[in-house]
Amino acid sequence: MPHDHHDHDHLSPSGHPYRADQDQGLTYWQVMEIAIRELMIEKGLVTAAEVQAQVDAMDARTPAQGAAVVARAWTDPAFRDRLLADGSAACAEMGFDVGPMKLIAVENTADTHNVVVCTLCSCYPRNLLGLPPDWYKSRAYRSRTVREPRKVLAEFGLTLPDDVTVRVHDSTADMRYLVVPARPAGTNGLDETALAALVTRDSMIGVGVAKAS
Amino acid sequence: MQVFEPGTEVRVRRMMPPGHVRTPAYLRGHVGRVERVLGPFGNPEQLAYGHTPDRLPLYRVRFRMADVWGDEGHRDDTLDAEIYAHWLEPL
Amino acid sequence: MTEPFDGKRWHDMGGAVAHPLMGPMPGDDHDFAIWEKRVDALVILSGLKGAFTVDGLRRVLEDMGEEAFETMTYYERWVASLNQNLLEAGTYSVAELAERMDAVRARGTTYGAASDAGV
Repeated sequence: MPHDHHDHDHLSPSGHPYRADQDQGLTYWQVMEIAIRELMIEKGLVTAAEVQAQVDAMDARTPAQGAAVVARAWTDPAFRDRLLADGSAACAEMGFDVGPMKLIAVENTADTHNVVVCTLCSCYPRNLLGLPPDWYKSRAYRSRTVREPRKVLAEFGLTLPDDVTVRVHDSTADMRYLVVPARPAGTNGLDETALAALVTRDSMIGVGVAKAS
Repeated sequence: MQVFEPGTEVRVRRMMPPGHVRTPAYLRGHVGRVERVLGPFGNPEQLAYGHTPDRLPLYRVRFRMADVWGDEGHRDDTLDAEIYAHWLEPL
Repeated sequence: MTEPFDGKRWHDMGGAVAHPLMGPMPGDDHDFAIWEKRVDALVILSGLKGAFTVDGLRRVLEDMGEEAFETMTYYERWVASLNQNLLEAGTYSVAELAERMDAVRARGTTYGAASDAGV
């Protein structure tokens, strides 16, 4: 055994179990990755340190960042207005760089529910929420969400009343979308940190709602 | 290129070119309303092939789901998508 | 396929709820292996350095076709697209890639051995 299986029982920063990798047989695609990386470094396109820094940055991005933005919007009406007007600028205020794409925040209310999909590939606000979940990239989610959103949401455990309007956002180009879920009832006494803990990843994609306190 | 103000009704062009485009097929030929104007952004149809892109206005267009799919079940449900200017035509 | 092809491409999935390859909504999430995270990092860096764009990445993924979508993992497809774009950009040659892949294989039989022995 060349390495301990220390990773397998632990969760990554994004909360998912790690996949086996280093100890498995070398695949064709892994060989290609190693070769490309080395050639890119030797040709001066990137440095090994830049590659490592990107991987570290990816590991550091989790839905907690989006949750902090939502909690701020719940507690600070002026920030909420700025977030809805210019999502990228409002996130930058909090130190979150949403990258070259622009962020549009859409707010769930008593009569409107927003849900985000990318039918053409799997665009996702990764700088704010981390990498997308597997289902977000699936044929089922990509094809069905624009056609039968209420059925899809029901499969995620979210049954919407008929008098709530559903707005589906197909992330087709240069925008990325963050759903600001409705603030749960009975949370008046909670501070921003406690509120952020109620904001799930799924609620920020729009397939769920914030947890009750 | 014509500029569409928010609220303007526009139709998505019915083209089906065999190349990289970012306009979903299910919206082609359908009429929606400009929700907001974004951009300009580089044309992905040039960027995809390594060419210097033209900068185009990008529109968020809102469609009634009932118009796109022909179901009248939930009349007010909507679909929003970002569509580059050259894919839109006035009514 | 009995219908004549109308030009709509395979990746353009919105609304195709009755597609023959439709599967269930995947449940469990997983984190990614280090080689997958490196592929992601190399694609992001390629964009930042101006080697190719996200649309270049997508264009090759689309051109790889539906079979690749169904049979390869997400980052297997990404590394194939990364390579195609870098070859087109002239970052390295096919011959250089062939030689390097052989050298990588010669280092060992696990990712750790083949990767750590490199740069």
